[in-house]
Amino acid sequence: MEPIIQTQQLTHIYSAGTPFQHVALDSVDFVAYQGEYLGVIGHTGSGKSTLIQHLNGLLKPTSGQVLVAGKDIWESKEATRQARFQVGLVFQYPEYQLFEETVYKDIAFGPKNMGLDETEVDRRVRQAAEFVGLRQDQLDHSPFELSGGQKRRVAIAGVIAMEPAVLILDEPTAGLDPVGVEQILGNIQDYHKAKNATIIIVSHSMEQMARTADRLVVINDGRIPFSGTPREVFSHVEELEEMGLGVPQMTRVFHRLKAMGAPVDDTVYTVEQAKAAILTALGQSPRSTRTVSSDEKGAV
Amino acid sequence: MNEPILKIEDLTFSYPVEEGEPRVVLNGVDLDIEPGTFVAVLGHNGSGKSTLAKHLNAILLPSGGKVYVSGMDTADEALLLDIRRTVGMVFQNPDNQIVANVVEEDCAFGPENLGVPPDEIRERVDRALKAVGMYHFKDHAPHLLSGGQKQRIAIAGVLAMEPRCVVLDEPTAMLDPIGRREVMETIKALNRDSGVTVVLITHHMDEAAQADRLVVMSGGKIVSDGAPKEVFQRVEELKTTGLTVPETVRLCYELRQEGLDLPLDTLSDEECAQTLYQLLQR
Repeated sequence: MEPIIQTQQLTHIYSAGTPFQHVALDSVDFVAYQGEYLGVIGHTGSGKSTLIQHLNGLLKPTSGQVLVAGKDIWESKEATRQARFQVGLVFQYPEYQLFEETVYKDIAFGPKNMGLDETEVDRRVRQAAEFVGLRQDQLDHSPFELSGGQKRRVAIAGVIAMEPAVLILDEPTAGLDPVGVEQILGNIQDYHKAKNATIIIVSHSMEQMARTADRLVVINDGRIPFSGTPREVFSHVEELEEMGLGVPQMTRVFHRLKAMGAPVDDTVYTVEQAKAAILTALGQSPRSTRTVSSDEKGAV
Repeated sequence: MNEPILKIEDLTFSYPVEEGEPRVVLNGVDLDIEPGTFVAVLGHNGSGKSTLAKHLNAILLPSGGKVYVSGMDTADEALLLDIRRTVGMVFQNPDNQIVANVVEEDCAFGPENLGVPPDEIRERVDRALKAVGMYHFKDHAPHLLSGGQKQRIAIAGVLAMEPRCVVLDEPTAMLDPIGRREVMETIKALNRDSGVTVVLITHHMDEAAQADRLVVMSGGKIVSDGAPKEVFQRVEELKTTGLTVPETVRLCYELRQEGLDLPLDTLSDEECAQTLYQLLQR
């Protein structure tokens, strides 16, 4: 797999040279591959927000490099500008950033700034609206008439309309109920599949990460202590708990179960895997695959 | 049985709409809450749970039906101050609830407004900050604290008014896992040690599971009411109201679908592990 984003020895120091000097990132080598669904986990203050703000040039490294599609984004003004179009960033609670009179205008803001012609802007706005499940008639409404979950989807559509190769979302499901969570995750998945886009999600929910991400990167104290598949990462139970992150509930239950002496695979992290592990231990096979697939789609 | 501290009778509430029919948010809610209990109200967005919360200390007044706080009708304006003294509210965003530049001053804001004498304010503030584990931060600036710490300050501010009941409307929604744990521990300690009645509005299953009683709302009505262990066993019913059950319950539910005989009251990690262990031993 080709890296789409890479950081090399990336260091960021806030308020350097003052008594408040704080090293937020310390020689970080981060990589995101073309077309992957990557999860970034770390507690508040770990440096994860500082990292993602470097990935589309919102913050400038104190030292080290950020490469997007192999190119240093600080090489020239044009390179920085291109990186901002290639890498779309959706902040936490993006619904607070809506400002236009209509949903349509709000979504069109990004593509217009890219200098696209009107037909192309229109195509993108309508397609982005479709990705996030907004109806055509809602495009003429004021974004402020919508519900919280709908507003958030408008904000995400505004970034999707720029058709970034990499879509980064910081806590996209915070504060939503289970149905809202599933809708947003579904919207992101649709964009991921349709455009073969790289998705980078920052989340506190280990259960959600376990279900959605191909690969996880852990950030702690401005460094990346480990990364890998969810199975590999969640095998570091003690370290993750020490970092204040924890592991998915199913992993915790199966660790206990194994500690009691039950002969089970304790590397499970989703309900579906847990069910399969129990059935295997009992020497049974699932009655049908239907329950498995509905479980995959089911809520958290 | 004690007299309920909160008594809700056939409560309806609708928001006026510019054109057309008013939007009905609460549609015939009946609920009695006993003093000293810890009740969680669970529901999806738009289920009416926050609107219900706002009726509990007369921020909103019923369109129909009645709400009584310690026997006081919330629609009686003359009783407003006493009602607000009895029931304190904590909201979702800690930044919107903090008014002063120093933690202890923020905490003193409520009792000052109630006209409590200065000596007693001092005592109450210290007690409230100790109760939420933030006493040693009393001279700090609130904006430099973490989300969880700020939310505990907001809770202390309410406690300093010495309410008999505290209503918390999604107090952990904007917090990280550590902040959530801090706030949940604070809420539980408050109920357990000081006997304060707690009404927790949430859509986190794991938080709701920690309450004595769980009320589930959907479409402006109460659709389920009981101990968390009972309510979470109604897996299908919860699904149709847009909610889910904790993963520990869902695993047992999925295994039952495979024909295995398992209980569905496995709320904690430990209970779930024990249940599975026994299954494997059979």
